[in-house]
Amino acid sequence: MIGRSDNIERKLVVIGNGMAGMRTVEELLKVAPDKYDITVFGSEPYGNYNRIMLSPVLTGEKTIDEIMINDRAWYETNKITLHAGKEKEITQIDRLKKTVTAQDGTTLSYDRLLFATGSNPFIIPLPGHQLEGVIAFRDIADVDAMLAAAKTQKHAVVIGGGLLGLEAANGLLKQGMEVTVIHNVDVLMNRQLDQPSAKMLEASLKERGLNFKLAAATKEIHGDEQGKVTAISFEDGDKIPADLVVMAVGIRPNIALAEKIGLHCNRGIFVNDTMQTYDPCIYAVGECIEHRGDTFGLVAPLFEQAKVCANHLAEYGIANYQSSVVATKLKVTGIDLFSAGDFGSDENSEDIIFRDQYRGVYKKVVIEDNKIKGTVLYGDTMDGSWYFQMMKDGTDVSEMRDRLLFGQAHLGDSGTQGASGVANLPDNAEICGCNGVCKGDITKAIAAENLFTLDDVRDATKASASCGSCTGLVEQLIADALGSDFTDTETRKSICRCTDHSHDDIRTAIAEKDLKSFPAVSEHFDFSSPDGCHVCRPAINYYLLAQWPGEYQDDSRSRFINERSHANIQKDNTYSVVPRMWGGLTTPAELRAIADAAEKYNVPTVKVTGGQRIDLLGVKKEDLPKIWKDLNDAGMVSGHAYGKSLRTVKTCVGSTHCRFGTQDSMSMGIDIEKMTWGSWTPAKVKIAVSGCPRNCAEATIKDIGVVAVDSGWEIYVGGNGGMKVRVCDFLTKVTSDEDVIEYTGALMQMYREQGHHNERTAPWIERVGLHFIKEEIVENETQRKAFHARFLESQKYSQDDPWAERASKGVDVVDFIPLKVIG
Amino acid sequence: MSDWIEIGKLNDIPPLGSRIVQTQDGDIAIFRTATDEVFALRDQCPHKQGALSQGIVHGKRVTCPLHNWVISLEDGEAQGRDTGCTKTFQIKLDGETILLAQNA
Repeated sequence: MIGRSDNIERKLVVIGNGMAGMRTVEELLKVAPDKYDITVFGSEPYGNYNRIMLSPVLTGEKTIDEIMINDRAWYETNKITLHAGKEKEITQIDRLKKTVTAQDGTTLSYDRLLFATGSNPFIIPLPGHQLEGVIAFRDIADVDAMLAAAKTQKHAVVIGGGLLGLEAANGLLKQGMEVTVIHNVDVLMNRQLDQPSAKMLEASLKERGLNFKLAAATKEIHGDEQGKVTAISFEDGDKIPADLVVMAVGIRPNIALAEKIGLHCNRGIFVNDTMQTYDPCIYAVGECIEHRGDTFGLVAPLFEQAKVCANHLAEYGIANYQSSVVATKLKVTGIDLFSAGDFGSDENSEDIIFRDQYRGVYKKVVIEDNKIKGTVLYGDTMDGSWYFQMMKDGTDVSEMRDRLLFGQAHLGDSGTQGASGVANLPDNAEICGCNGVCKGDITKAIAAENLFTLDDVRDATKASASCGSCTGLVEQLIADALGSDFTDTETRKSICRCTDHSHDDIRTAIAEKDLKSFPAVSEHFDFSSPDGCHVCRPAINYYLLAQWPGEYQDDSRSRFINERSHANIQKDNTYSVVPRMWGGLTTPAELRAIADAAEKYNVPTVKVTGGQRIDLLGVKKEDLPKIWKDLNDAGMVSGHAYGKSLRTVKTCVGSTHCRFGTQDSMSMGIDIEKMTWGSWTPAKVKIAVSGCPRNCAEATIKDIGVVAVDSGWEIYVGGNGGMKVRVCDFLTKVTSDEDVIEYTGALMQMYREQGHHNERTAPWIERVGLHFIKEEIVENETQRKAFHARFLESQKYSQDDPWAERASKGVDVVDFIPLKVIG
Repeated sequence: MSDWIEIGKLNDIPPLGSRIVQTQDGDIAIFRTATDEVFALRDQCPHKQGALSQGIVHGKRVTCPLHNWVISLEDGEAQGRDTGCTKTFQIKLDGETILLAQNA
């Protein structure tokens, strides 16, 4: 951003130097760095700091320096003028002349004005609330006051048993004070917890030394002759000593200035979905706003608002703010608590509850219409982000409700040393196996660089930036580090950074708006880069191919190298070659041809794969067409071991030889492979057929598994091995061989039409629900037959051997030969 | 001053594609963008030596096929938070002819 121009005419003035305002500025600099000359007015005499980390500062776990997001140098580097301090508070705005004036007389004109005035702590107007020693818990000054009091004083009273109050009480306790928490109802954190979990929290906090007075009605704060607080009394006649009173009973949007200049306000400043106020030149974000009746107190929604607001300040005009679902965690070290959504019960909802008083574990998941509506977890919050994700995605949980409370059951996870909770892992545990990123690297980066979102962490550390299978673990680490400000609340994830639109948005538009090329899609959605990026190009190429079979011309330049060169690239830039072996069967002649080819091209490694085939590793790119030609001549074709496509159909020997076999699994496997080979799919697809329930082909951890029983075949779907092992769900049982073929073809097509690019069948099924797949495939014969027919239709155009096309028919030959050889 | 050697025609490289020029000092990747600009980089990612010529080209950038580092075609610099640089070579178009600077 150092390249920002010096002479920009348009002026943006930001009132408020907090997290929402500065995040908006950061987002704006990203999308339109040279749009505005920017001036920021802030009433606190600092740069921009991470307000949500004030609790750890109070406990002494962090310092102020550590929670600075942007120091003054950042403002200079980005050529932003910062006016910070009490005297720089804006007191006058002339909307007609478009000028703002600060307390000290500084006057400035603006083209666009951004309100990010935040909120004020609510101070209960009790008698005595103006005494010295009665404070809020809101900013650095409050924290300083508390730390000073803790040095010399003994008795602290915190009014408010919510999230902030408890964090303040915990901090003061850590600083050596005797602390009593006053709460007006008898349920702590009653906006996040139900009664049983709140009682467990209360017991645990009492054990640490906090005192409570619940369901208490305060009457008066008492002081001495110097006007300093001494005690607090209650309606029930009780009176307790107090040298410090912290009010943490909620916040109120700071709208005084907005009201004064006649901007329409209710509880907050009214904004529309573009974050614009009733004055079209004035925008507002953060805790000061009211959007569709909601006001905001946690940071995650503010960041989404910032992104939308920046988009409109940049005059792109394509983003809309939709309220976000928010999850909460309490930042008190050693207490595990997670709450999200609406966990109150009513006649339409059902509670599933697990409670183990002795271990201090409580879990409640509230379900309505088979979807998670809210959750409260205490003592074991490991699955919080899983429930939260399903809640945001609206996942149908009817099929898993008997197992729901036992968690995501990572029992089969590999690569995490068998530990199930990421919080229990040591710092040197590798989280991202692809890029070798350890837990400590991630947690340190989150703290040191003030990262908030998954994208931030990916950029900074590369964790989960490759295959993405550790995304859940990384999200948990972010959630643990940020506590109540668990971000990434986007309910619809965008396909990549070229656009805010999701996979589903794009697929729908391709079908409904007749979009038939990448440029048509990128133009329709106004991509920030006309030829997209390495994430969206392959995805959209697949969607176009799946939507318009026989019509859309596959774009090899939008394919990852493996699919472009029909071989797997290896770390030394050589390739691996795997010929297809139908159902895992081969012949002496094929084996001889493979052996000859391996010798002829000096293949350094020959290996039997897990999919019952032979892998020739270490082939040079220019040799690929030649080795393919030799293999083609022996009757073999590409095994597609490199693609998001049908990989293998693994079989056991079945009734042909096996004394336990009940059906001919080898023939069935070959028939299925002959039908499905060559098809492109959202992610790789592996199929297996076992000849009896002993299941030697391991069919129940494949994308589609077929298991013979005496009376027919069982069909399973949605399994995989890999990092997160998932066992298939049972779909149905059929009696005839033809049915197996029809169901398999229908499943392939349904997945091809509905799976997101790079989403294997396991997450696809978890997203749409097994119930839905049963409805479409098992219960609806017409639908099943239609899926199967569409699959066969698209297969007409995909069963040309890509090796033969390149080895003998002149397709993409230039890819395999140098442009020129010099010297 | 450098000598310019003819290495081929623009249409020898598909749009958003890449071909290599083999030299005694290793391969040079020649890129063609959507707008028919050409660029030349050492065919090695600064990260783990992935062949950039095999990556996906977008804008004036290429994504390495091995670990998705994004490299600028203009100056060879890794983008985003990654740091590293790949050597660039002078290249130009004379009509349809691509010319590469020798001993650049």
